[in-house]
Amino acid sequence: MSGFNKVVSSYQEAMAGLEDGMTVIAGGFGLCGIPENLIQEIKNKGTKELTFVSNNCGVDGFGLGVLLEDRQIKKMISSYVGENKLFEEQLLAGDLEVELTPQGTLAEKMRAGGAGIPAFYTATGYGTPVGEGKEVKEFNGRKYIMEESITGEFAIVKAWKADTYGNLIYRHTAQNFNPMAATAGKITVVEVEEIVEPGELDPTQIHTPGIYVDRVILGTFEKRIEQRTVRTA
Amino acid sequence: MALSREQLAQRVAREMKDGYYVNLGIGIPTLVANYVPDGMEVMLQSENGLLGMGPFPTEDELDADMINAGKQTVTAATGASIFSSAESFAMIRGGHVDLTVLGAFEVDVQGNIASYMIPGKLIKGMGGAMDLVAGADNIIVTMTHASKHGESKLLTKCTLPLTGAGCIKKVVTDLAFIEIKDGKFWLIERAPGVSVKEIIEKTAGELMVPKEVPEMQF
Repeated sequence: MSGFNKVVSSYQEAMAGLEDGMTVIAGGFGLCGIPENLIQEIKNKGTKELTFVSNNCGVDGFGLGVLLEDRQIKKMISSYVGENKLFEEQLLAGDLEVELTPQGTLAEKMRAGGAGIPAFYTATGYGTPVGEGKEVKEFNGRKYIMEESITGEFAIVKAWKADTYGNLIYRHTAQNFNPMAATAGKITVVEVEEIVEPGELDPTQIHTPGIYVDRVILGTFEKRIEQRTVRTA
Repeated sequence: MALSREQLAQRVAREMKDGYYVNLGIGIPTLVANYVPDGMEVMLQSENGLLGMGPFPTEDELDADMINAGKQTVTAATGASIFSSAESFAMIRGGHVDLTVLGAFEVDVQGNIASYMIPGKLIKGMGGAMDLVAGADNIIVTMTHASKHGESKLLTKCTLPLTGAGCIKKVVTDLAFIEIKDGKFWLIERAPGVSVKEIIEKTAGELMVPKEVPEMQF
């Protein structure tokens, strides 16, 4: 690596520095737009006691679900979980902690974290279990709760294209949580389907500017589909 | 006769207006998309980050990078836009979505809704439901009027943990169209062939009943 070149050539290099007990912010929604190979590398590495901030926890055998197999996850901060048996087992056995967070609040916690905003007020969750114990403030006659933002030692992101400077473009709804995750990691690692030279991406079309990105790696992806719904032509 | 799921969706669809941006939850709400009145344009919002959701793809169009909030593969309609989940919830929380339709376990006379968690059973999470009910002004809840065991789901006070407080004004059940205001349920319409007596019996919270209760039109 030199200058603004963020490209690394191995997954070991991509996840170098990840240690037990760290917090990792992960992009993806369901199995769509998940950094599947970076997750696999964390499995290979065997890092434990991790806190993951991710909308979901994958399924049995794919996505973040593979990290449950060797009990590498200590805590999940998610809006919707339980699409996998192993998750349920570990949760009921008390081996896994879950902090359920409304989806929009989760996205905003990442966005605010990356933008240097420590907390924000939202009406979401007021009067519900999510609001319990949180500061309540009234604005214009309506009650809001204070939610603290989230940052992590690492962020793992899946994008479609990158240039070597780490400028990113996402594809379709695989964008989801990835742009916010990219901003919220102290070290942001991105895996992509294609890497091009600087200048080849239209600057006005870039979703995530390279300033947020530390490492870029070229991957090949299975892109498993969770709910395959089709119509006849 | 109590409404079928399809009839329920059909009745809710009549609440849509030309030019509406609409978010439909999972289950019966999803069916509402099948009954958009002819000649009316509505755009479906999917909270993972899609405005302008199209039909399911053909085998040839199938794309793992193109899904809706129910994680089903979908297409983008003409004029669609795709964005991050933060942007998506900015439009939801900011009150830009014209109509939100979602299911529930319970609703009460204060407009409280419980829809995501039954203590003692596995808790999967609220997904985007808490943001949707907090952000939208125009929300319709669809559910059966009573449980399989005949217990009312329209209560004086919700017994389950809330998804949102004081945010529901309209409920369409298999028996009735009900509005919520001033701490009471108000019976607006009844399902064809369903008696007012049956609706009263199956509504646990205080229900205001006018002299004439029209049957639903589809």
